[in-house]
Amino acid sequence: MPNDIVLEMRGICKAFPGVRALQDVDFTLRRGEIHALMGENGAGKSTLIKTLTGVYQKDSGQIDIEGRRTAFRSPHEAQANGVGTVYQEIMLCPNLSVAENMFIGREKGVFVSWREMNRRAGIILDGLSIPARPTQQLRSCSLAVQQMIAIARAVDMQCKILILDEPTSSLDEDEVQKLFALMRELKERGVGIIFVTHFLDQVYQVSDRITVLRNGELVGEYEAEKLPQVELVSKMMGKELGDVEKLKNLKEAAEDGGTPVFEAESLSSAAGVRPYDFHIQKGEVNGFTGLLGSGRSESVRAIFAADKVTGGNVRINGKRIRIRKPKDAMKRGIGYLPEDRKGDGLIADLSVRENIVLALQTMHGFFRPFSLKKARAFADEYIALLNIKTPSSDTPVHSLSGGNQQKVILARWLLIHPEYLILDEPTRGIDVGTKVEIQRLVLKLASEGVSVTFISSEIEEMLRTCSRLIVMRDRNIVGELSGEDMTQSKIMHTIAGEVTQNA
Amino acid sequence: MPEPTKRKFRLSSFPLFLPLVVLLLLVAVNIVSGGFGYFAIELRNGVIYGPIPSVLYGAAELVIITIGMSLVNASSRGQDISVGVIGAVTSAVFAMVLREYLARSPGSAVSWGVVLAAFFISCLTGALLGAFNGTLVSVFKVQPMVATLILFTAGRSLAFLIDGKVSPNLQYPIIKQIGFSLPGIPIQTPILITIACIILFAVVFKLTNLKLYSQAVGINEEAARLNGINPVAVKLTSFIILGVCCSIAGFIAVSKSGRHDSVNILKFIELDAILAVALGGNALGGGKFSVKGAVIGAYTIEILNQTLLRLKVGGEAIKLMKALFIIILMVLASPVVQAYLTKLFTRRTAEETIVPTKEVL
Repeated sequence: MPNDIVLEMRGICKAFPGVRALQDVDFTLRRGEIHALMGENGAGKSTLIKTLTGVYQKDSGQIDIEGRRTAFRSPHEAQANGVGTVYQEIMLCPNLSVAENMFIGREKGVFVSWREMNRRAGIILDGLSIPARPTQQLRSCSLAVQQMIAIARAVDMQCKILILDEPTSSLDEDEVQKLFALMRELKERGVGIIFVTHFLDQVYQVSDRITVLRNGELVGEYEAEKLPQVELVSKMMGKELGDVEKLKNLKEAAEDGGTPVFEAESLSSAAGVRPYDFHIQKGEVNGFTGLLGSGRSESVRAIFAADKVTGGNVRINGKRIRIRKPKDAMKRGIGYLPEDRKGDGLIADLSVRENIVLALQTMHGFFRPFSLKKARAFADEYIALLNIKTPSSDTPVHSLSGGNQQKVILARWLLIHPEYLILDEPTRGIDVGTKVEIQRLVLKLASEGVSVTFISSEIEEMLRTCSRLIVMRDRNIVGELSGEDMTQSKIMHTIAGEVTQNA
Repeated sequence: MPEPTKRKFRLSSFPLFLPLVVLLLLVAVNIVSGGFGYFAIELRNGVIYGPIPSVLYGAAELVIITIGMSLVNASSRGQDISVGVIGAVTSAVFAMVLREYLARSPGSAVSWGVVLAAFFISCLTGALLGAFNGTLVSVFKVQPMVATLILFTAGRSLAFLIDGKVSPNLQYPIIKQIGFSLPGIPIQTPILITIACIILFAVVFKLTNLKLYSQAVGINEEAARLNGINPVAVKLTSFIILGVCCSIAGFIAVSKSGRHDSVNILKFIELDAILAVALGGNALGGGKFSVKGAVIGAYTIEILNQTLLRLKVGGEAIKLMKALFIIILMVLASPVVQAYLTKLFTRRTAEETIVPTKEVL
């Protein structure tokens, strides 16, 4: 029934300087459906959303909302016309109350009736069964509830179309389920929901329909039930899935014995890591696993002296050394890709080239800068090697997509030709294709003799790449798994086993 | 990787666009009001004079301080408001050394050796004062403006005490040669010193990673640290360099006037230096910076000052006119207006610049 269609986008094209971001893309959204928009980083998901909400102006094509031709000039206008958007990062004010957050910027006139505002907020919150009080400070709500409040704010304005851009990336499993319940509730009310996400499982949990984009072009629109997950992945990547499967066979256990490349004895740091022992062999890939906050990141940061080291002995290739600051670690051939890409990794305003060359440059010395020609050669080599998608090596790194930014930092550390590489969540917030690329790279490095410590929140990914897992809980190492023992349930048991002992 | 053949025209891709346009605009105003005599240069007593040499001469102190200021601004995301005061203190030290020398060896004259020694000591003082500011900012994490407020408040009193509570006279022939011109050389000495400083910094930027490190620390201090850069050292260095720049400026200023007046020497120059950095297209929030732009900005300010004088804008009105001019500039330089101008410029070429390549996506 054509009447069911609430949004129809036809032949949307959008180009940026040097880049064709969208080419002839169609997208159809029906009333009361959850429609997943999938694609790798840089596939054009965000651009499509932004041309819809008026952040960007489309170059050509047409957008009909309930049969009416529209072209919003700003997100504000889109919102006023029933197209609400909730972004990945919650764009609310934590120090205001829940009700204030829901109505801020929408008051008519100068005067505000606080009582009326709180009353209306209460009705909306109750209606959507969101566990928050209107007068509560937003800061005191959990991330999921904050996300829901952002949705409530968007929905309240007679919303016909709700866009959720990566709403679940900072939520834990429980919270995700709560959010999904809310999405289903809205769906029942006839709201059309566009759901942008990276998480494949989640797509299948809530979506009715899936549209896949690749390289700015439409791959197709599918009914979720009829599209197996494996096929979805291969459609997003544009290649057959054999590649992903092959990874498993590549992994080989590093030979034991010999002097460890890196060895630590009761290492501890100011970030609150309990003294721990650790070693890694040449060409070995091991990993730290455990729940969020179990101290995995803090442990590897201690190796690199990213936090102040407070005690312990460290040996590299059997020789005792002291690592007091990151530069000491770098000189010993250790590279560290931090968990927080934006905060600890990227120098956002500098170019791709400067970001890639940075670590090698600081090792090379303050008084020995690389010539522009040499730096460019280094950068171009790794841009090609890692297939970094950037218009040139002079492009500011912040204008790249997340996955490519991550590759830039990876390139930075590969460039110093490390003996031992620490990768803390290298695949977070990155599309499937790039994830597989990075995993494959890790295994390739290992086969070339580089030792790698790999940390990921996705246990599957660690099982696939690591030959030994160090399990952490409450900032303590509670077990070590390798070989046959490395299964998802064994890990769970190791984490949980300690719980019962302590109880 | 195929190079995109054509790029969108962007004002922001020419960082020197605005400062250069303003500079040319001011020159144009001068030409309109006074004709091409603006470019006239005449030899008087074997030294060149004219409107342009007079700008170069007048801007010497500002240009030198601006170089250091742009470095501090980039690395520590803040401004040093004590630059003029540091210059006042170091030049007081300079004057003191000369006086002490003359007092201890009566009958002798001020020689080049003594002047250079005194200059060296004053630079050392400047480096120390810069290190003081830098330590507060880098180690104790005090905001630059607050940290430098201390010297800003105390400095001129300190200079006055060093002077022995008078304004010492420095009417020695060598000082005069430094403040005006050396025998047989047609270009005034302060201009030569400025050129030397600019060349020195160009060489330093070429031979070291000072610029990369300062930018990295200013943009993301934590990431810089995790890449082996020591942010404390970088910030401290930039403040020390600025301290030395101030000493050189103080040396020039005191030589020009031939007398050390701790109250008025380099007065308000901190504001002009910050303005010059901003005029050069540099964000006052730190990070990426262009010293070239800042230097052009400094000359622009001097041209503005002298243009207003030439146009016979009277006394106090000069400051008002200057403020008006700066407001217009700042609005023109704001991202809002820049985006609008970019749009105007690109409207025509937008369609032909699309490069059909997937590889750059």
